[in-house]
Amino acid sequence: MLKVDDLHVWYELKRFGLGHAGYVRAVDGVSFELNAGEAMACVGESGCGKSSLMKTILRLNKPTKGTIDFKGINVGELDGLDLRDYRSKVGFIQQDPFGALAPFMTIQQILEEPLIINGFTNAAERQSKIETIMEEVKLTPVEEILPKFPHMLSGGQQQRVVIARAMILEPDLLVADEPVSMLDASVRVEILKLLRNLQEKHNLAVIYITHDLSTVRYFSEYIFVMYAGQIVEFAPIKSLLENPTHPYTQALLEASGDPDAKNALEYKEIPPGEPPSLVNPPSGCRFHPRCKFAIKGKCDVDMPKPMPVVDGSNMAITGNKHVAACWLVEEEWKERAGLTN
Amino acid sequence: MIRWSEIRQYPSAIVGLAIIFGFILLALYAVITIPYSEALERWRGGEAVVENNPRNARPTWVNWFNQENLPPTLILDSRELPETAISYTTISDDIEEKVITMSFDYEYASFVPELTFFIEADFIEKQPFVEIFWVTPNGEEIRAGEVTPGGQEIYRPTQDDRVMRRVEANSAEVGFFLDPSLAEPTPQKGTYQVRLVGLIFEEESDFEAKLVMYGAVHGIAGTDHLRRDISVALLWGTPIAMAFGLVAALVITAANMIIAATSVWYGGWVDSAIQRVTDVNLILPGLPLLILIGTLYSRSIWVILGMVIALNIFGGGVKTYRSIFLQTRELPYIEAAQAYGAGSRRIIFRYLIPRVIPLVIPALVTSVPAFVFTEATLALLGLGDPVLPTWGKVIENARSQGALFNGYYYWMLEPAVLMMLVGVGFSLVGFALDRIFNPKLREI
Ligand SMILES: Nc1ncnc2c1ncn2[C@@H]1O[C@H](COP(=O)(O)OP(=O)(O)O)[C@@H](O)[C@H]1O
Ligand SMILES: [Mg+2]
Repeated sequence: MLKVDDLHVWYELKRFGLGHAGYVRAVDGVSFELNAGEAMACVGESGCGKSSLMKTILRLNKPTKGTIDFKGINVGELDGLDLRDYRSKVGFIQQDPFGALAPFMTIQQILEEPLIINGFTNAAERQSKIETIMEEVKLTPVEEILPKFPHMLSGGQQQRVVIARAMILEPDLLVADEPVSMLDASVRVEILKLLRNLQEKHNLAVIYITHDLSTVRYFSEYIFVMYAGQIVEFAPIKSLLENPTHPYTQALLEASGDPDAKNALEYKEIPPGEPPSLVNPPSGCRFHPRCKFAIKGKCDVDMPKPMPVVDGSNMAITGNKHVAACWLVEEEWKERAGLTN
Repeated sequence: MIRWSEIRQYPSAIVGLAIIFGFILLALYAVITIPYSEALERWRGGEAVVENNPRNARPTWVNWFNQENLPPTLILDSRELPETAISYTTISDDIEEKVITMSFDYEYASFVPELTFFIEADFIEKQPFVEIFWVTPNGEEIRAGEVTPGGQEIYRPTQDDRVMRRVEANSAEVGFFLDPSLAEPTPQKGTYQVRLVGLIFEEESDFEAKLVMYGAVHGIAGTDHLRRDISVALLWGTPIAMAFGLVAALVITAANMIIAATSVWYGGWVDSAIQRVTDVNLILPGLPLLILIGTLYSRSIWVILGMVIALNIFGGGVKTYRSIFLQTRELPYIEAAQAYGAGSRRIIFRYLIPRVIPLVIPALVTSVPAFVFTEATLALLGLGDPVLPTWGKVIENARSQGALFNGYYYWMLEPAVLMMLVGVGFSLVGFALDRIFNPKLREI
């Protein structure tokens, strides 16, 4: 349904507001596919380009290069009514629920806006849609909440309003950009379960962004790991947690302290150093300056392509769906070839 | 959005609100009690004004502060006297004598500044002949003049040499009232009588007389050099000043806001163009332009208001609001609105502008007096509205007549106090609104 191909999102940097001073390569060659009804997680530390990727999928940014294909529509080229139409099929849930709600509008107005904009001229119809969706996201009692302003609600309720607003146009795809990272730990699970329920009930495709691996298991089938604007590892969630292959993924799992990560104990150290500059990214593998396994003369020269990983336990290919962009994988394949020879 | 309980915490805001409310009441009072056409007529200085109003009289309230006890205007009119005050006697076949006896009490410590008879005669060929006798409280009778009124006759005894020879003073106004028993010239107190004895020579002929003793004080605000009641201008100046200030502040603020939001939202060349236009507009010399328009085109206050607005549409507010909108644009709810398909116009009017309204309303309220002062400034530069009574016109008249050198301080003071009150009232409310709407600023 959604096919992202070699997507680049570069922001132009200007010197003194005028002269060109380079680009921030927030997204630099990302490809993946998402089927209807599938949930996909996207992880990576902050600043790695997750939000930029999502905003481009929502067409809040224009792709610098590459294509986004949604049910055969080239999203990058849309404008006018077609763009509005496309946007009505994609829901957006932001990180900061309070910021995502206009402080001067009541919940009624907030939920009504998408409907008004998208041509629902019948007020009674709008009202029934609002009430239905509010019941669904458990914003009850409806009549009590509708006239309230966002600041009168708790963080969890605010995020439910955001979810209701994203769902009210009955989208096919939901983009959730760190939907729980700003909420109290006590309501995170509830909100994630709500999203999962909605996804299953409406057969939604969901992209769930987080920088926190411990929450991904609540809903996604697939996961990709981003580093410095690129995807470094892509896998079914179980496979990734059992067999994290890219050193960066391993470091992330380590940091998240996920109890299910079998290899967590093996790699104690979080990679030292800062995320790389996106203006002048490192040559070769972008992770090599922080990678303790970096192979001199290889990792710092050539950029690794995604390749299927070798399963640590039985040396079999993990359904061919688990890929990582790391030269170590190639080394491992070579080693295996040597052993079998 | 804003509750009375919040305002109540700012006593200054209550004072400010009371002042603004007072001005609203005053404006309503003016508009209701003095119809527009009447206000214009009274400010133009029509016949009634010239006949009945004193020149440069002080406001009545000056009597509260000095012992002189200045007289107000006293008008005696034969048409309003009881029948008993008028008698007719037939003298011969075609001569009839009409005697009008008018009396009044005089309890003031100073002299009447100006005294005039208006005698109106009705006749076909032969004019009536009227003799005037002035009887002081101690019984002395002064022959105050002989008039042969031809239609409308204005008779000023002071200008009559024969009368002046009979009184021991430089003017009839003093001579008629002088107390001979005192060394200092002081008016006698008591009941005066004015008798007009007229000989009528025709059957249908008649005459009526009016005596106007112009006051040294008049009304609540005094009168100006053209005998106009200053209170008319102060009263009617109120709705005009309010309308001018509020319309200018509202239209300019709204325009600045819309332009700034458009500039920020579209960015790129739109933003650059708007910023350049604003820069140019900011260096345009506004006052000389207004003077030019006022001199060459029209001094109508509404034309001037239009010009003030036009000159401020791309004013400094555009820069201020732009910097605010640059932050507002980045808020997640704007991004959300785009994501569910809101168009540019909707985002500007429904998402960007409402967000800054709490910042803008206090500024708007605070800016009202500035525009009221602008009107006064223009009036001082001779660009006051030619027909409308405004506060600025009063100040301009006062200045050009040397009010302060001639002791007519109230002439300048009254409009100035009103304008100061406007400034204080709107500022107090504006500051309080700012604290209520933008509580974060309180700590700064
Ligand atoms: N509008 C923009 N203009 C310039 N740089 C941007 C813009 N938006 C994001 N960036 C930069 O792009 C990089 C990726 O940001 P973002 O996509 O928000 O990452 P994430 O969501 O993973 O934290 C960051 O370095 C950020 O500073
Ligand atoms: Mg982000």
